[in-house]
Amino acid sequence: MNRLKLIAYGVTVAVLYGLLFFYEKEAIRLCQQGGWYFLFPVTVAFVFSLFHGTFTGMFWDALGVKARISGKK
Amino acid sequence: MEATSLNFIDLTVANVVFLLFVGFVGGMVSGFIGSGGAFVLTPAMMSMGVPGIVAVASNICHKFPKALVGAIKRHKFGHIDLKLGLILGISAEAGMLYGASVQQGIKERLGDAGSNLYVSFAFVVVLAIVGTWVMLDAWKLHRDGNTDHDEAVTRLARWVHKVRWLGPRFYSAGAKAHIPWLITLPIGFGTGMLAATIAVGGFIGVPAMHYVLGLPSMMASATELVIAFVMGLGGTIKYGWSGYVDVRLAMIILAGSLFGIQLGAIGTTYVKPYMVKVVMGVIMMLVLFSRGFIIPVYLAELGWTAPIAASTSAFLKQISFWIMVAALVGGAVIVLRALISGMRDHSRAKSYA
Repeated sequence: MNRLKLIAYGVTVAVLYGLLFFYEKEAIRLCQQGGWYFLFPVTVAFVFSLFHGTFTGMFWDALGVKARISGKK
Repeated sequence: MEATSLNFIDLTVANVVFLLFVGFVGGMVSGFIGSGGAFVLTPAMMSMGVPGIVAVASNICHKFPKALVGAIKRHKFGHIDLKLGLILGISAEAGMLYGASVQQGIKERLGDAGSNLYVSFAFVVVLAIVGTWVMLDAWKLHRDGNTDHDEAVTRLARWVHKVRWLGPRFYSAGAKAHIPWLITLPIGFGTGMLAATIAVGGFIGVPAMHYVLGLPSMMASATELVIAFVMGLGGTIKYGWSGYVDVRLAMIILAGSLFGIQLGAIGTTYVKPYMVKVVMGVIMMLVLFSRGFIIPVYLAELGWTAPIAASTSAFLKQISFWIMVAALVGGAVIVLRALISGMRDHSRAKSYA
């Protein structure tokens, strides 16, 4: 189940990056507009961090790199 | 708002791979010490031909989501004082706006060399003071063999917790004490101003939260991520409004740095608290030397000292850049080593239990 979630998040991240670079020219144009178009990079950053952040967390977890939460350091 | 006339660069595969790597290493350092990984990204992007202001704007745009992910991760480990982070974040935002306007003013009066000299001078002064303090403290803990003990609250922080005449106070869960609002203002403002100047506000924020406000260093480094998020979001809006953010560059760096920041954050759970100080101190000292080497070049460019030969100037710039890279890679190596040995010891202890 966790592996499936990892794959699902991984695919979503790949699609997001694929879309960003497929529509590269449009993305640049929107960024350069300025004004209220600042919402574009901010929204992209939030959406990418949401999916990619979850994916990277699960990625390290799947590799066995986990935090030591309890116990004295 | 008119469209900007700045050209965003065409990306090559080599550029993308380079940014992914620098983002990863920078993210790892940031996840561990709360900040410090981003300072090399602006020069790295500029070396690819990205205009300076676009490099700064894109760097800031990758910082706020990175800080958000790091903060959520560290929150799960119980490292975050959210209230304090948000309070400091507000005054940091003001400091950042002021710092940016100071930068702008210097650039208008003295040009690029003046602006670069100001940035390098700020690096050297802040890092010489704070870096020495942090290194001495880490060395003292190591020498006294107190590395396994909880960190002692400094005398200054104890005074801050007790002082009544500085006006209204609020409770900080991280410091486990009441803190006057007034004390947070210069700390947040200084953090923001430094972030606007050298892209690493945490060089003031983290030590100040630890030594002045009395937070454990582990919590100070994590709470800095909350401040970085607030500042980064504000900075992105400011630069985005002027059309300077290249979202492609920001997302490429983010791709690498989110892998790194998770690793750095996990690393903090395996090390003794004093290790955060060691890593921070080492990075600060290396960056101090990096900027120190380049100051004569800017002084000569401004005509304030005798001219320097072009080859010497190029040589000093190269040394400066590579020491900065060494600072980042050195920090990342310490974090990785601490993480690997910590995980090994932990699994060995578990198998004996």
